Amino acid sequence: MTNFPIEKIRADFPILAEKIRNKPLVYLDNAASSQKPQVVIDSLVHVYTHEYANIHRGVHTLSVRATDKYEGAREKVKDFINAASSKEIIFVRGATEAINLVAQTFGKATIKAGDEIIITAMEHHSNIVPWQMLCAETGAVLKVAAMNLQGELIYAEFEALLNTKTKLVAITHMSNALGTINPVERIIAAAHAQNIPVLLDGAQAIPHMTVDVQALDCDFYVFSGHKLYAPSGIGILYGKQALLEAMPPYQGGGDMIKTVSFDKSTYAGLPHKFEAGTPSIADTIALGAAIDYLQSIGMDAIAAYEAELLAYATEQARKIPQLRIIGEAAEKGAILSFALDKIHPHDIGTMLDSLGIAIRAGHHCAMPVMDFYGVPATARASFAMYNTKEEIDVLMQGIKSLIEVFG
Amino acid sequence: MFDDLRELYQEVIFDHNRNPRNFRIIEQADRTVEGFNPLCGDRLTLYLTLTGDVITDASFQGSGCAISTASVSLMTDIVKGKTITDAERLFKQFHEMTTGKEEHINLEALGKLAVLAGVREYPARVKCATLAWHTLDAALKNEAQAISTE
Repeated sequence: MTNFPIEKIRADFPILAEKIRNKPLVYLDNAASSQKPQVVIDSLVHVYTHEYANIHRGVHTLSVRATDKYEGAREKVKDFINAASSKEIIFVRGATEAINLVAQTFGKATIKAGDEIIITAMEHHSNIVPWQMLCAETGAVLKVAAMNLQGELIYAEFEALLNTKTKLVAITHMSNALGTINPVERIIAAAHAQNIPVLLDGAQAIPHMTVDVQALDCDFYVFSGHKLYAPSGIGILYGKQALLEAMPPYQGGGDMIKTVSFDKSTYAGLPHKFEAGTPSIADTIALGAAIDYLQSIGMDAIAAYEAELLAYATEQARKIPQLRIIGEAAEKGAILSFALDKIHPHDIGTMLDSLGIAIRAGHHCAMPVMDFYGVPATARASFAMYNTKEEIDVLMQGIKSLIEVFG
Repeated sequence: MFDDLRELYQEVIFDHNRNPRNFRIIEQADRTVEGFNPLCGDRLTLYLTLTGDVITDASFQGSGCAISTASVSLMTDIVKGKTITDAERLFKQFHEMTTGKEEHINLEALGKLAVLAGVREYPARVKCATLAWHTLDAALKNEAQAISTE
């Protein structure tokens, strides 16, 4: 792993020095949420110490400072995903809220009874349930594009679902349960050929690769800050300006209006039309700090390093005969979901925890994926840029030992 | 290597996990109730035969972790021959053991079930141990619908 500044990066994350059950922490639950570097923690402290007030309101100095920093974070996000304009960056609580926002505004305004929405078999619940709710309200139909046993979208089946009734394709960029990276360029091109907009759920993809929304030409891209080394409570909805402008507002309240009288209110322009109420100010500014930090390392360098980690973990996992990898897509991000013969993931989770290793055990908010593989749950080790091969060795040794204990 | 876990994973638990007792279907069961833990996906179906107010047979089907499998295996063994009232009392004592105040725990009354006392220290695993008992409770109260720990 040449030139990747792993020692420096690890030193930047204070929690990595933590002992868990008297063992060094091996944090492999990054797909659920990632840890925070000191610059992000410092950013929160700095905001509350020197820069905090409500935004877009006061003429006083602190309000101006907070507003500048808050809007500055929007610029950073815009640059990070290469949006055409910061008007296309809507601050929300997380990817889940972003999807719900699109369902409740774009969805309700444009989707009617008999229309179709396409998702895939590998979606997180957050990219299933909002569409089911919309379908229940409107009489639209949810179509699910199938995947194969490797956990790859069966592209031909997806393409066959596209038709004149299709009003939206909502698809994960990278699966949280399997690690699969979907062929989103091809999906977007096929959908656009029929004038169908595409929403990408980027919650998993965003910390692992360079995302360029203009190159992708996606219509919506959503992600959460907390998986991107930023605080929880802040997420992003990217939407193409023309689409966002045509959409009705989401929540009503302060900050999203131009004028209010008891007869009628008029709405603010983008992006504030979708940002009613006082937002998570400090967390948003800290997201900007996280983005600065990531750009100082480089997303391509992170992607290359994590690809090596995943290759190593996969190779080591394959040496354990009782271990079955769940999700073996050719295009895959740094997630290793697995099952062990006759050992339930929850027992694996507790056993590994006693060794200081944090993994996720459960259905990963993707129950349909579990049903597809005929397992109630899987164990999942998900890697971040601060993980190492040595930590993977600790994981593999832990797995071998617990297999012995269970006999 | 797993010294810290000895209290939680006692040999009795491994034994019941490997060879669960009463792992069968009772075709003519008087009560059949499904239990589900949506947090981890554990599912079990509990079957009871009642003669008057005495549980004369108990069995289960399903899949779960070692803690939940051992818990339902031990439970189906211990409730056989007990009256509904006694089984309900045992449920309350078990619940107290896994979630209640230490001074209320009556380990003697719990007998073999005491091997599951270790889950107290693992809040994330308490539901694994109590799923079987919540299902039993629903079966004894004759609540037909599937029960969930959430």
